[in-house]
Amino acid sequence: MSEPVRVQTAPFDMGAELNAFAASVTGAGAVVSFSGITRDIATGDLEVMEIEHFPGMTEKALAAIRAQAMERFNLADAMILHRYGPLKPADPIMMVATAARHRGDAFAGAEFLMDYLKSRAPFWKKEVTASGAAWVEARPEDEDALARWTRRG
Amino acid sequence: MKLDIRYFAWLRERVGTASEQIETEAATVADLIAELRARDEGYAYAFSDTGSIRAAIDQDLVEMDAPLDGAREVAFFPPMTGG
Repeated sequence: MSEPVRVQTAPFDMGAELNAFAASVTGAGAVVSFSGITRDIATGDLEVMEIEHFPGMTEKALAAIRAQAMERFNLADAMILHRYGPLKPADPIMMVATAARHRGDAFAGAEFLMDYLKSRAPFWKKEVTASGAAWVEARPEDEDALARWTRRG
Repeated sequence: MKLDIRYFAWLRERVGTASEQIETEAATVADLIAELRARDEGYAYAFSDTGSIRAAIDQDLVEMDAPLDGAREVAFFPPMTGG
């Protein structure tokens, strides 16, 4: 089985990853996955999306988020894969997958992973076009998405 | 005490370096920021909006009032944009 948390520059095949993950789990009736894909910007001229991260802290933060999700949603397993470095529009950036006895926990676990890693894992995106580069700003909606998990206790 | 300081994303670009070692007596992360800000215009600009700055001590996210006691490395960066 592959590592449950991977941070890499290499591209990945989301279908193959999902099949491998599902095949490695026993006793789960539900598997949920989410994939993030490099989106072009409004002006349609994104050349490269540069993703910077904090080697060491990233792996630690993702492993901690995964452990929290496993415990909170009784997951049979969970995986997180996130790329860094230069990406082109339509390139897969990252994916998460969760497995649980029932779909409710698998869906909630995947959402929890996404909400946490969006604003708590040390990644930063920079959009590069022919006319310059700009760091992507964090959205208040992402903090709100995270807050709902603490409200629920 | 000696501290390794690391900067990421636009904070790294504004400060002009990815890492440095400093000698400081700052008691908290906020004190350290005040000290850095007083250095020169570049640092003052980089740290002008503390609401847009996050900090980690030895790779754990911390609040601005976190004590630097026993810290080896402090990292500064903007709000994260993963996913």
